[in-house]
Amino acid sequence: MADDRRGTTGERKEPPDDEAALSARLQRLGDRLATANRPSENDTGPRQHADASAMARGFRLSTELVAGVVVGALIGWLLDRWLGISPWGLIVFLLLGFAAGVLNVMRAAGVVRDRNLTD
Amino acid sequence: MAVDPIHQFQIIDLFPVVKIGHTEIAFTNSAAYMAVAVLVIMLFLIGGTARRSLVPGRLQSAAELSYEFVANTIRSTAGTEGMRFFPFVFTLFMFILVVNLIGLIPYTFTVTTHIVITATLALSVFVTVLVYGFWKNGLHFFNLFVPKGIPVYILPLIVFIEVLSFISRPISHSVRLFANMLAGHITLKVFASFITLLGGLGIFGIAGATLPLALVVALTALELLVAFLQAYVFAILTCIYLNDAIHPGH
Repeated sequence: MADDRRGTTGERKEPPDDEAALSARLQRLGDRLATANRPSENDTGPRQHADASAMARGFRLSTELVAGVVVGALIGWLLDRWLGISPWGLIVFLLLGFAAGVLNVMRAAGVVRDRNLTD
Repeated sequence: MAVDPIHQFQIIDLFPVVKIGHTEIAFTNSAAYMAVAVLVIMLFLIGGTARRSLVPGRLQSAAELSYEFVANTIRSTAGTEGMRFFPFVFTLFMFILVVNLIGLIPYTFTVTTHIVITATLALSVFVTVLVYGFWKNGLHFFNLFVPKGIPVYILPLIVFIEVLSFISRPISHSVRLFANMLAGHITLKVFASFITLLGGLGIFGIAGATLPLALVVALTALELLVAFLQAYVFAILTCIYLNDAIHPGH
């Protein structure tokens, strides 16, 4: 288009028409693209890419449980050391950590709907 | 010949930068590869957006694709409000992806095989969630730990479990990326060393070496997938955690 405008001044009427037609077409294209894309954006159902690969989910689930148990054990062990209540901190927090790990896994697997996605 | 599959993860000081107390802070090979990754991303995105033609070329297509991909991930997990964190998530995704891919090139160093790096990235997400959550929701943010519809007598237990679940996030977030990259690179190294070991055993050894060779080819393809997947998983988890900060339980 820049080349067109640089042409002779006598034919200045042509480019604006062309440009108007082009921008109108672009507008229509944009509208159609928007309508085509809208359902995927408003659809709050299952995530679009959630099953992009089962492997990603597998990797995710495996670490969730371990992380919960490790955090529980760590907190229990530290409480034991600071408060001198060994071994009760470790026992209680290891169990709580295990519960947290299971909660993590269930949330990651979608067995328990994440409370934030329900609204 | 001595094969040490762990040797590839060694940190080497390239030149000292500053000395704090008795600790010398040096520019390491890890830092060099991070700088290279940032440079690659910058060249990729600046090169991709320089032309801004209506019909995109290859590079522009790739740049637009990466933008669309991250934007869709954020919109589908954290909603449109989550788009204010787009720069953050996009930076994390591109950095991890490029660092992982660079690490697949032979003789290079993979930055994400060190838990210091992944833990720092995961903690930056964790701190962002905490700071933004409290800044936006105030004490309302604590509702995150109190699910609705729970009988009062088991509520304290549930709150404890929820808090532990929340604290365990940066750990699973960082260990996942670190462990996947570390295990993948060690496996590659071990199988690749089998080729040379078997190849030194004469004609039968060379025939036998084709098996690990085929495995290494397959593993390299798998590692390519893992490199992308881990960057994607890291990004999508970041979105899920940010979603908690944007709308904690009502």
